[in-house]
Amino acid sequence: MKKQGSDGNPAPVMPALPEPLKDLKIKYTKIFINNEWHDSISGKKFPVFNPATEEKICEVEEGDKADVDEAVKAARKAFELGSTWRTMDASERGRLLNKLADLVERDRLILATMETVDGGKLFSTAYLMDLGACIKTLRYCAGWADKIHGRTVPMDGNFFTFTRHEPIGVCGQIIPWNFPLVMLIWKIAPALCCGNTVVVKPAEQTPLSALYMGSLIKEAGFPPGVVNIVPGFGPTAGAAISHHMDIDKVAFTGSTEVGKLIKEAAGKSNLKRVTLELGGKSPNIIFADADLDAAVEFAHIGLFYHQGQCCIAGSRIFVEEPIYDEFVRRSIERAKKYTLGDPLKPGVQQGPQIDKEQFKKILELIESGKKEGAKLECGGGPWGDKGYFIQPTVFSNVTDDMRIAKEEIFGPVQQIMKFKTVDEVIKRANNTTYGLAAAVFTKDIDKALTFAAALQAGTVWVNCYSALSAQCPFGGFKMSGNGREMGEYGLHEYTEVKTVTIKIPQKNS
Amino acid sequence: MAVNTLRKGKGHGEGRLSAESGPLFQEHPVGSPVRGAAARQSSRGPGHSFPRGRAQALGASLSVQRVPGEHQPKLPLIPLGSGSKAQPCLAFSLQIFINNEWHDAVSKKTFPTINPATGEVICQVAEGDKADVDKAVQAAKAAFQLGSPWRRMDASHRGKLLNRLADLIERDRAYLAALETLDNGKPYAISYLVDLDMVVKCLRYFAGWSDKFHGKTIPLDGDFFCYTRHEPVGVCGQIIPWNFPLLMQAWKLGPALATGNVVVMKVAEQTPLSALYVANLIKEAGFPPGVVNIIPGYGPTAGAAISSHMDIDKVAFTGSTEVGHLIQKAAAESNLKRVTLELGGKSPNIIMSDADMDWAVDQAHFALFFNQGQCCCAGSRTYVQEDVYNEFVERSVEKAKARVVGNPFDFKTEQGPQVDEEQFKKILGYISTGQREGAKLLCGGNPAADRGYFIQPTVFGDVQDSMTIAREEIFGPVMQILKFKTIEEVIERANDSKYGLAAAVFTKDLDKANFVSQSLRAGTVWINCYDVFGAQAPFGGYKASGNGRELGEYGLEAYVEVKNVTIKIPQKNS
Repeated sequence: MKKQGSDGNPAPVMPALPEPLKDLKIKYTKIFINNEWHDSISGKKFPVFNPATEEKICEVEEGDKADVDEAVKAARKAFELGSTWRTMDASERGRLLNKLADLVERDRLILATMETVDGGKLFSTAYLMDLGACIKTLRYCAGWADKIHGRTVPMDGNFFTFTRHEPIGVCGQIIPWNFPLVMLIWKIAPALCCGNTVVVKPAEQTPLSALYMGSLIKEAGFPPGVVNIVPGFGPTAGAAISHHMDIDKVAFTGSTEVGKLIKEAAGKSNLKRVTLELGGKSPNIIFADADLDAAVEFAHIGLFYHQGQCCIAGSRIFVEEPIYDEFVRRSIERAKKYTLGDPLKPGVQQGPQIDKEQFKKILELIESGKKEGAKLECGGGPWGDKGYFIQPTVFSNVTDDMRIAKEEIFGPVQQIMKFKTVDEVIKRANNTTYGLAAAVFTKDIDKALTFAAALQAGTVWVNCYSALSAQCPFGGFKMSGNGREMGEYGLHEYTEVKTVTIKIPQKNS
Repeated sequence: MAVNTLRKGKGHGEGRLSAESGPLFQEHPVGSPVRGAAARQSSRGPGHSFPRGRAQALGASLSVQRVPGEHQPKLPLIPLGSGSKAQPCLAFSLQIFINNEWHDAVSKKTFPTINPATGEVICQVAEGDKADVDKAVQAAKAAFQLGSPWRRMDASHRGKLLNRLADLIERDRAYLAALETLDNGKPYAISYLVDLDMVVKCLRYFAGWSDKFHGKTIPLDGDFFCYTRHEPVGVCGQIIPWNFPLLMQAWKLGPALATGNVVVMKVAEQTPLSALYVANLIKEAGFPPGVVNIIPGYGPTAGAAISSHMDIDKVAFTGSTEVGHLIQKAAAESNLKRVTLELGGKSPNIIMSDADMDWAVDQAHFALFFNQGQCCCAGSRTYVQEDVYNEFVERSVEKAKARVVGNPFDFKTEQGPQVDEEQFKKILGYISTGQREGAKLLCGGNPAADRGYFIQPTVFGDVQDSMTIAREEIFGPVMQILKFKTIEEVIERANDSKYGLAAAVFTKDLDKANFVSQSLRAGTVWINCYDVFGAQAPFGGYKASGNGRELGEYGLEAYVEVKNVTIKIPQKNS
């Protein structure tokens, strides 16, 4: 039995990694409405920084309520009955999305470099992982466009009944800074394949790649007004979206704290549909019978990937007692191997945190861990003299009541806990307000399937971590969110089901 | 890949396509010696500029209603090159395609493929037989082995390969359209705008399905975890017809490859050329060797070898009901391979007196005459309600008389030749039978040119249900118009057929539309339209018109085995 990825697999191997662009030019810094570039109505701009150097990259137009209003008007117009977008064949929407994928593929190097400079993401990660996921997600949703089937329904009586899966309308979409492009695509691709129009607010920390996408969206041939991109801040532009009376649906990825505000705003305004992808404190359970090498590596990547800035981060690692000490020892060894530095440089394995606020918050939580009695095994402080770098940090002897075991740290800080029995660890793993992801490592088929059923999380991995793909639905139980993104399930969040019932003279089976 | 190797020569006042084997095609000059109504039509003179619009209208009613925002392809010049010397015509291999390589037939035999517009041989093609089918099956089996590149490939990557194949066909669209017209006789404008458009869309549609055809997890009673996997069936034999050579190839390959099968395809002996060209593109797209194998050959030899093969897991056939019987029988007598069939039809097209008469006449004409009447779903029993019958007949005859028959490479041409001499003779035979049995021949009825297999657009009125031309599939440009009085009567008569492929009703009345569409025993019912096809919508027959469905999500079902996996677990929870 050969393992996945060994020789002979014809599936596309990762493309060769080129050098990042040396002379990245930032061409698009304005608000994208109706396939045109606009200054902000207020005339305000905001600076965008490189988190590795703390230097300003450029200034971007700062969208606010007035700009959101303009964008909504354009989106509403593009969505009118009889419009180009509404009368377009579904397969043609798919063709446009495939075209967009082609363009992203063409400009992969520009976008990956931008993602690194703006988001502090390792260039290799941005180029291979993030851009790869963007392209695949666009193609995946392209394929769905003409496969979203309504149904005919065998209704009682002399009626003919069918359902239409119609687009919801104008969708507000608020994107986070940790995967600026991937999250943008996760939002717009399903919305567009279902025929919606969108008003997108990218994160104020990382607006550049989203604005660049505006130019590609236009080039691909999407009609004006179908996609509108308004860079700006949450309390202003974001709030304008979630409170808007003419936005039919809002989708948000970000913190649980802001998720609550969004849902409240939807309730207060027009009861717009809400989907949320929020925080997590995901348990990763390692049994003594697991392949220890694989478990250590997955647990490590599951936490430290992208500087720990992942909503799915496996930030509570429960290790079975007999292997606990060995697991901790190997995890420390693994964490210490890191090279920190400029994320554009080859060989660098960890870049900076996104901004000063996150940087401070993470250091504060590390302090709380020390204070509350967890054992700091390595790291624990900032790194370097500029940029928001934090040393890879491992805590052992963590107990469930500590803040670092309860709160989302969103940084390179690993918590390792000890457990004895199956029942105990199920209870402890589920004892959280979050429910985004979870994992179990074991070779025992009974244990694997028991945990697959028992864990309260939208995604459960068995003997792996962070395995995400456009085909698989993703989302949270409990306070990790509402609804699902990606997979066929993700399309339900972007359609209204209309039941049409027609009186007929006589029904026959 | 040479695309310009078909040469169009200029002779004495006439264009000439030439090939290795001699003159291929004689262009009919304007006002050409095409006999009958069409000739009169084409000599009407000015005001008859090339109807690109018409070709598009046909395309529009076939595949897309109207696509705002989509760039409509322009009809390009026919890529046949020019020059005065006879040149080799086909710069791609005319052999058997196995394991991404080209092979002579084991027997070394070849057979001629004929240009139906002239009756002349275009070229010789390797003639596959049982021994070649065996070779192809071996290659396919090897490609399907556990652990093979094809079996381990990501489903999304299968989709990517299918999309790439669509890209390549799009790139070579004009050449393929010309090849199709040369070999099959269908007008080039139709090949290019309709057939090729639908081929590309079909492949892209199934590309999208490759990673979306979901198994299920199932709430089985007891302490079990239960799920299904949709696994490919395995080696699929696919036997395709000559009326839409490229499109039928795409209909077969799309679902089979999206779901991960391997294919041994036999292409029709009348029209092997475009499929062999596509074989090159399959290789270029990057499908692993052995995944698609293509064998030109005859039904009783290569086709029979497929349907009775012990190592082929599934056979899909599109063609006549007669041969469909043979295939099903061969499957039963060999290894009980899965069988899907798309067979003949005698599809009723019902025109209620409240219908939009212009549109109904137009569509009923199109329903029958499209593709020289060589459509399994042809609306070949046009039932017209009594009070509009006379007017409908009169206008249908007028329309048939105006149909332009001629050189299929001429942009003005609406109707080319029938595919071969056998069909040509069979159709003329049906026309005599119709006259003998008392149907009223209102126009046409004869060959339409001195050479080539052209038949005049023919309309019969006063046709009775018991007549041969009302019961059997003619597969030619011969329209039967029948009269009816009540809706109950016409439903009964429409369903009184061994076939059940398609049907249509034209009415403005919502109740009638719903009632008739529910009552008709047919796999496709069109309301106020005809021949509307899209990769998204399933197609197939009731009764002797076939088994199973092609296209749409339903079309995938024939290409997967459902495997149920049940695992004992310590404790079940909801």
